[in-house]
Amino acid sequence: MDETLLRSLAPYVLGILVRRGADFAAAEDAVQDALIEAIRVWPDDPPRNPKPWLVTVAWRKFIDATRADASRRRREDLAEEEPDPGPGPAVDDTLQLYFLCAHPSLTPSSAVALTLRAVGGLTTRQIAEAYLVPEATMSQRITRAKRTVSDVRFDQPGDVGTVLRVLYLVFNEGYSGDVDLAAEAIRLTRQLNTAIDHPEVAGLLALMLLTHARRAARTAPDGSLVPLAEQDRDRWDTESVAEGVEILQGALARDRLGEFQAQGAIAALHADARTAAETDWVQITEWYDELVQLTDSPIARLNRAVAVGEADGARAGLAALAELDPSLPRHAAVAAYLHERDGDLATAARLYAEAARKASNIAERDHLTRQAARLNARRSR
Amino acid sequence: MAKYLLLKHYRGGPASVNDVPMDQWTPEEISAHMQFMHDFEARLEGTGEFVDGQALAPEGTFVRYDGEGRPPVTDGPFAETKDLIAGWYVIDVDNYERAVELAGELSAAPGAGGKPIHEWLEVRPFLAAPPTITE
Repeated sequence: MDETLLRSLAPYVLGILVRRGADFAAAEDAVQDALIEAIRVWPDDPPRNPKPWLVTVAWRKFIDATRADASRRRREDLAEEEPDPGPGPAVDDTLQLYFLCAHPSLTPSSAVALTLRAVGGLTTRQIAEAYLVPEATMSQRITRAKRTVSDVRFDQPGDVGTVLRVLYLVFNEGYSGDVDLAAEAIRLTRQLNTAIDHPEVAGLLALMLLTHARRAARTAPDGSLVPLAEQDRDRWDTESVAEGVEILQGALARDRLGEFQAQGAIAALHADARTAAETDWVQITEWYDELVQLTDSPIARLNRAVAVGEADGARAGLAALAELDPSLPRHAAVAAYLHERDGDLATAARLYAEAARKASNIAERDHLTRQAARLNARRSR
Repeated sequence: MAKYLLLKHYRGGPASVNDVPMDQWTPEEISAHMQFMHDFEARLEGTGEFVDGQALAPEGTFVRYDGEGRPPVTDGPFAETKDLIAGWYVIDVDNYERAVELAGELSAAPGAGGKPIHEWLEVRPFLAAPPTITE
């Protein structure tokens, strides 16, 4: 059974239940129960038509739960028998779900958890494993999140920007457990891209595809990080690159630039270079200029300094870096790299070691420690 | 989303404000302290931020490899070790500010006279998974 296909039906079914009058929190539980039952039953007894099967089972679960809950007895009169199917599920239902699950009243971690469950159809256990927390903790986080949005009207228009930030987080952060969060983020962003016509949604999707394309090349067999310049570009997923570039071009043609399109453009320029030496750093610097204008993000400025260092030489990069706050994350790592390019190996080695101490993840720390060790070994020879 | 360790030391950090050893509290004060810890943990579970909580026995043994085919060497316990870890909580929170806020709450656990201990807790970030997008 294709579990991803099954899960892609989750927002559809949830939308129908909410339209029939179920409140969001109870409907979401019912859909989750129906998905779990489908995983159990379908391998032996596949339904001819999965969608109506799921709607029927989810609705029955909802009614059962409502009956069992004495305090909600009043809802019993909602439906004794199978109700009128009501208006067909509007395309908007899926979109509304995204808005609700990324509602600004939610903290980022709550929005991520709720999105993965209600829109992504993942189980609480799968989400808990992906973020390395106990299942009970994740269950509470989701329950609280649902309570937080319980008063939000389902048909209220939302902000695409908040949804994109949540999807970006799913793609960018998390551990690799049973669930491939990056692939899941791509699936959810792709689904969103069909529900709404928005250049930044397309921009984020392109960014994800272009970044994901490099995944196989990004880590060595021993798990260590391989920097972009040293990656075996034959291992990049050309199909994913081609799709990302096409989506990005379509978005850029709309002439409504945003931060994700700009980031996507940078990723596309990297993808376009057959070797690291062929990278068009001048254009990449220009895109970082755009990104800095759009976001005023210090991280974008830091990355811009690297690009300037490649385009105009290490000295120019160091000059750009000198304007930035040294307490920025990865500032020391960038400084170390630029000093090495400038030929000052002693300073570079010292800064690599400092950057390793400040690293926020193990792979990066180990990579930076190796860089320091490599320079120290060369200097003592 | 980030994991932090709230580390409780018996020794090693600066002294608490209300620094009366536990064996000189009244039994009720000890019960109140235990109840506070229990409630703190329950509250963390309720907010979906709890990952782990453990206490350690004070005495430990130092162990090291002693070469091929030889049993490991053990040493200690050392009465005068500078640092002594009593236990920890692991929390999964949205940001550093929230971790500090929770550590502040935990440090208010009641001690002698029912007054907050104001003990120093160490907040240490976990090294996370590397981000997917780096440039």
